[in-house]
Amino acid sequence: MKLTKEDVIYVADLARLEFTEEELGLYADQLSAILDYEEKLNELDTTNVVPTAHVLPVNNVLREDVVKPSLDREKALMNAPSQDQGCFSVPNVLE
Amino acid sequence: MKMTKYRTIHEIKALIEKGETTYEEVMGAYINRIDQVEGTVDSFLQVLKEEALNQAKAADENKDDKTSPLFGIPYGLKDNICMEGVETTCASKILTGFIPPYSATVAEDLKNSGAVVLGKANMDEFAMGSSNENSSIKPTKNPWDPSRVPGGSSGGSAACVAADEVVFALGSDTGGSIRQPASFCGVVGLKPTYGLVSRYGLIAFASSLDQIGPITKDVTDCALVLNQIAGHDEKDSTSVDREKEDYTSYLQKDIKGMKIGIVEEYFGEGLQPDVRKRLEEAVEVYKSLGAQLVDVKLPTSDYALSAYYIISSAEASSNLARYDGIRYGFRAEGFDDLLDLYKKTRSQGFGEEVKRRIMLGTYALSSGYYDAYYKKALQVRTLIKEDFDKALSQCDVILSPTCPTTAFKLGEKSSDPLEMYLSDIYTVPVNIAGIPAISIPCGLDEQGLPVGMQLIGRDFGEKDILKAAYAFEQATKHHLNRPTLQEAR
Repeated sequence: MKLTKEDVIYVADLARLEFTEEELGLYADQLSAILDYEEKLNELDTTNVVPTAHVLPVNNVLREDVVKPSLDREKALMNAPSQDQGCFSVPNVLE
Repeated sequence: MKMTKYRTIHEIKALIEKGETTYEEVMGAYINRIDQVEGTVDSFLQVLKEEALNQAKAADENKDDKTSPLFGIPYGLKDNICMEGVETTCASKILTGFIPPYSATVAEDLKNSGAVVLGKANMDEFAMGSSNENSSIKPTKNPWDPSRVPGGSSGGSAACVAADEVVFALGSDTGGSIRQPASFCGVVGLKPTYGLVSRYGLIAFASSLDQIGPITKDVTDCALVLNQIAGHDEKDSTSVDREKEDYTSYLQKDIKGMKIGIVEEYFGEGLQPDVRKRLEEAVEVYKSLGAQLVDVKLPTSDYALSAYYIISSAEASSNLARYDGIRYGFRAEGFDDLLDLYKKTRSQGFGEEVKRRIMLGTYALSSGYYDAYYKKALQVRTLIKEDFDKALSQCDVILSPTCPTTAFKLGEKSSDPLEMYLSDIYTVPVNIAGIPAISIPCGLDEQGLPVGMQLIGRDFGEKDILKAAYAFEQATKHHLNRPTLQEAR
């Protein structure tokens, strides 16, 4: 599967990444090679095979509805690159 | 005092009990060793000398309170495992400066046992890699030959144990990241059954595959550490609630009648000739111990690597979406708006391999490709799991190489991601199936580098692989081989 630079730009946008012109070429080549390798999967007939997302039977895990202390505000904010009045600070979303 | 005096947890305990040394003396010796060799090996991103020495002094004062075999023992913690108040970076730029407000359950478990963290171990960024060259801080070197890689992604954890900088370490294994570096560095590395050890506080790479496990100098130490970290944790919804076991009770030399499965496909093309030879010798050892060799088939294991890179990258692309420069970590400067902040932060903050996997995962999950790649990989996962179930119904453990080669040179494979991925070919299927496996030393290659043997068990079959590993270790003594690393250049 040959990816074009346009494909890489499209996927990068979905992944919230951006690349230089040179990187776009490199990623197009490398991802194409990896996807070619992935074509191997099509050699296997998986008709009617149930997909396994998880090796364990994943169930909802519930616990008693008991009020407990949570992470305090100071700790929750301590790693934020920018904070303001006890909140995480982000650039304007609405003009 | 020579480092060889302090090799394993159980040997140190014996010396302490005889009154021949103290915890402070032990810790001092390891700190000296770090001072000597760390400049060559670069195992650690951070060494906590002062805190560790203080804890060792306190351990001597509180000896009577000791309840655990790990009490007072220095260890290394992979830098993707959170420890409250101690910088945890995942060897990435994007998490540089991150101080976790809580500790991982395994770190708490070890703290409760009295074990002492001496350093945060280097790794491939976000645990993505097979050589440790993807660390955005510095590459770790192999203590057996510093021109070679220690393996990845727990390369720092394996190297610090092999170089005698700590007694044991914790690593994490998503596709072989404990076993492959253990093999390259000549130490013991165990990937437990998925769900046996809590992942709470482990910075997620691929959540359905990641598992924390011990890296030690011998199988006895491996069982001792596993005893401490295995168990149900209500903070991890994928943690399995089952009765605790004493893994040291399975360490027996007698394995007469034990069935050991051999997979013909695992000894085919691409296996370094002297690695094959060491493995064949290992098979003979098992025969001499009275084990019964059984031929088993894993026909779909050839497809495991393809499935793995789709599944792990898809999960990584989702898990790593949280790094956006808002709540923690690096934030880029000079952005126009929120979207631009996200893009600049992530593009400047993530390394090349991490971006490659996020891209692969995003592509595999994107509209139009989901069925062709992601769903297909999950279906292949079902077939791989069925293969293992069938094979392991015919034997107690499966014996295989851990890696196709011994440690390669720094830079040798770093420009070709596919070539690098192939070094995980024997380890990846185990993660896909969620079953346990151990890598133990089984001799040296022609260049004097360690060769690793992998033993794979059934779900929660840690007892079988530890038993088989211990019997082999006692019969051969390959685990006593040490690197000749002396001091920093």
